Amino acid sequence: MGLNIEENQKLVEEILEAYPKKARKDREKHFQVADEKAIDCSTCAVKSNIKSRPGVMTPRGCAYAGSKGVVWGPIKDMVHISHGPVGCGQYSWGTRRNFANGTLGIDNFTAMQITSDFQETDIVFGGDKKLAVIMREITEMFPLAKGISVQSECPVGLIGDDIEAVSKKMSKELELPIVPVRCEGFRGVSQSLGHHIANDAIRDFVLGRAELAETGPYDVNIIGDYNIGGDAWASRILLEEMGLRVIAQWSGDGSLNELEVAHKAKLNLIHCHRSMNYMVDHMEKAYGIPWLEYNFFGPTKTYESLRAIAALFDDTIQENCEQMIARYKPVMDAVIRKYRPRLENKTVMLMIGGLRSRHTIGAYEDLGMDIVASGYEFAHKDDFEKMLPMLAEGTIVMDDPTAYELEELTKKMNIDLVGSGVKEKYVYHKMGVPFRQMHSWDYSGPYHGFDGFKVFAKDMDMTVNSPVWDLVSRQGKMEPEEAGV
Amino acid sequence: MSMDELNIKDNTSLFKEERYVQQRENKKPFEAPCSEQETAEALAYSKSAEYMEKNFSRQNVVINPHKACQPLGSVMAALGFEKTLPFVHGSQGCNAYFRSHLSRHFKEPTPSVSTSMTEDAAVFGGMNNLIDGLENSVALYKPEMVAICTTCMAEVIGDDLNSFIGNARIKGVISEEYPVAYCNTPSFVGSHITGYDAMIKGILSYLYTRSGTRGKPGSGAESGEKLNVMLGFEPYTGNFAELRKILGAFDTKYTILGDHSGNYDSPATGEYEYYYGGTKLADVPQAANALATLSLQKYTLKKTQEYISGTWNQQLAALSTPLGIKGTDTLLDTISELTGLPIPAILTEERGRVVDALMDSHPYLHGKRVALVGDPDLLIGLIGFCLETGMEPVHIVCSNGDVDYNEVKFKDEAEALLAASPYGSEATVHVGKDLWHMRSLLLNDQVDLAIGSSHLKFAAKDAEVPLVRVGFPIFDRHHMHRYPIIGYQGTLNLLSLIVNTILQQLDDHNSGFNFELVR
Repeated sequence: MGLNIEENQKLVEEILEAYPKKARKDREKHFQVADEKAIDCSTCAVKSNIKSRPGVMTPRGCAYAGSKGVVWGPIKDMVHISHGPVGCGQYSWGTRRNFANGTLGIDNFTAMQITSDFQETDIVFGGDKKLAVIMREITEMFPLAKGISVQSECPVGLIGDDIEAVSKKMSKELELPIVPVRCEGFRGVSQSLGHHIANDAIRDFVLGRAELAETGPYDVNIIGDYNIGGDAWASRILLEEMGLRVIAQWSGDGSLNELEVAHKAKLNLIHCHRSMNYMVDHMEKAYGIPWLEYNFFGPTKTYESLRAIAALFDDTIQENCEQMIARYKPVMDAVIRKYRPRLENKTVMLMIGGLRSRHTIGAYEDLGMDIVASGYEFAHKDDFEKMLPMLAEGTIVMDDPTAYELEELTKKMNIDLVGSGVKEKYVYHKMGVPFRQMHSWDYSGPYHGFDGFKVFAKDMDMTVNSPVWDLVSRQGKMEPEEAGV
Repeated sequence: MSMDELNIKDNTSLFKEERYVQQRENKKPFEAPCSEQETAEALAYSKSAEYMEKNFSRQNVVINPHKACQPLGSVMAALGFEKTLPFVHGSQGCNAYFRSHLSRHFKEPTPSVSTSMTEDAAVFGGMNNLIDGLENSVALYKPEMVAICTTCMAEVIGDDLNSFIGNARIKGVISEEYPVAYCNTPSFVGSHITGYDAMIKGILSYLYTRSGTRGKPGSGAESGEKLNVMLGFEPYTGNFAELRKILGAFDTKYTILGDHSGNYDSPATGEYEYYYGGTKLADVPQAANALATLSLQKYTLKKTQEYISGTWNQQLAALSTPLGIKGTDTLLDTISELTGLPIPAILTEERGRVVDALMDSHPYLHGKRVALVGDPDLLIGLIGFCLETGMEPVHIVCSNGDVDYNEVKFKDEAEALLAASPYGSEATVHVGKDLWHMRSLLLNDQVDLAIGSSHLKFAAKDAEVPLVRVGFPIFDRHHMHRYPIIGYQGTLNLLSLIVNTILQQLDDHNSGFNFELVR
């Protein structure tokens, strides 16, 4: 089945028939098949950012995962306490590949699991006293830590601990910034609220607390790049080559000082708009800093973004930008010349966080690949509105798709490549469908910028064209004619 | 540019390029980092005896613990039963974490659902979520049994699973007969091993009780000859296969109670099913009639063992993970005693071959000082193995080691085991400590080798000690779990891993005249 609006509408209906009535009614609202009207006026009918149905295999995580796992965790010179029972910190320990320079356990604490390891007594008597002791012990154990954040797990909110009061008191005592973050996992419907809560904490406790020795006309911030596999580094190098000065990088390989001086920038450049839009909005209102969403996946989008960024500066920067593009373009063309013939017309289904399902579309298109279904784990309405105009008619758009739905779509849509997360990955290996883990680049990367696109192209070719998929059946893959396509 | 000139560097080499080195330097002023001197001093201090003392005197903060939380173990336990869907009652993020964590270790899918409780459930309770969740999951994933565990959220608000499941039946969401086992697994109690135990006990007792049969241990023409075997929280699918091989050699009938090896070692056939293998549900009530039960993780399966020897009134033999020659001898002796069958010649032969291999390798192992990290039963097995090869355990850290069985605590047993051997005289057993403690130990009292999970890699690297990956989780090596580490064959695998790591070290550190061909 390809991109036929009616057929795909029918397909979605058929798939949803497996649900009990109440759940079906809900799940129907989370699907849309892109038609001309939706694409042109981006009339998005998809319901998003509402509760997942209980008992389905939702791909979503929780607010804690959004705050500690995504936003705060990568701030490298602060110690982030996973405050509550041992599990949450253990599962989010070093698994998101936020690269950071520094010495682990000395001035870099990203790949560490620091927890209050709640026991039953802490639930009964509260964890506040313990939290204060923990903070003192952290300064003993990690004398170079620049600050502490408290990432609340579910029980903390339920038993009513006052982590704000403890943080305030201990911040004074230890003369360190201490940030309480109310990101208990039960709050909201996904990671998304965790991002928002984390952003609010940055706003309330950190932003604007330090000054830059000198500011300049080209000072910008990279916002919403988590440096997965080194993404932010591969992005930063282009901005700097263009003549801009990146004064803060949030939050991959980020530091407390960068959060504190970011308000001095002339422009906020935001990559993951979903997770940090709250921040750029606030900084625009509070400090008058304009912002621009950019996309460094794939050369087409990267050229577009670089030019859009340069357009906000003077001729020098614009000239630098054009010269830089001229330098890189032959390399990018060579990458495309090499890989496009191997990937042309391959169909792709994406189901990733709250941004990449749209942000990576251009990179696939640069390689000649066709997106036939695209969905997000935890996006909001605006993400769907931005995605729809990028899609071909007949593409299936989905919110919070369950494991069952994705599996059925894969079976029925003749998918050549699935891009999703580790929970999904091995299912597709059983099915013999090429799969790429697109939350942490399947332990590869970077994928951002020009250096990143080379890796992206190589990885997609490696995935789609690996001979291993042909080993699944002894007969080998059926010829397209035989399959009746 | 010709296509051949395309030089694609990924993160392993790209960021070593001069332009990225420069970028790193240029970024520093904005980071306002500590000076290089400060960092160097802090690093040196973190390796000092003074720091170690402070490290060991901390009371509350836990740094890099070697344990996960209860419901993770429950999910693994539930996957040990035929067509059983793990069902996590609480906030949905927990379930996402359990699924990712287990999948990262096994490189396999982990089917499991959640009740997705949010703020309203925190206030009003999660009953509606549980009822809707049962309806949806049974319709979509068609399990033959649902196995529910709780998270800390459901426990803190005091949700009553038994009454909720009853209400789901009254509402007709599931039939009166539909099996739903459950257990309570707050994350602020115990660890992944106690959660595993809780779910195994929950499933055994539930299926037994609802069957209405009353077990008569050792009776019944067919079932009476069977042996029940439990492997516990078992991160090695290969260990299930090895145990089957051993039991097959004995020619005894047996039931493995909790066999998740099917789910975590399923074939790529072009089709995905949610459920592979597992203990047959009908076998569970029958298991009460068995000859005896053999438990291979006595500290992990404490409550299940109490249940079996209590309610089922069944003979129970509880060992720790049978590693090494002596550990395997004990396993075979125990099977022989429980079944009355002689030890098969084929296994004795195998023993001889592995002992031969140990002899070949002993010069490279003897006197090697090792550090060990793991769950209690694994550590008992590893200590035994090290001692019989002449290796000397020095630092032993068990974050979840405060477990006792029959009033013998893990720590007491480990210390007694060490005290009984001249090679154990330098060992110290640290229970309730974490991998940051281990880092201090490794830096202040050097060892030759560290044995433990992937999480130990950070401390091992700081101390420049090679790490042999054994246990859970192993995230950064492939397929380790497919090779058994129990039994004689497992002993050979473990030996190969360890001795070849040591030999690789020799090659890495030697050059010139002692870069030798034959070892």
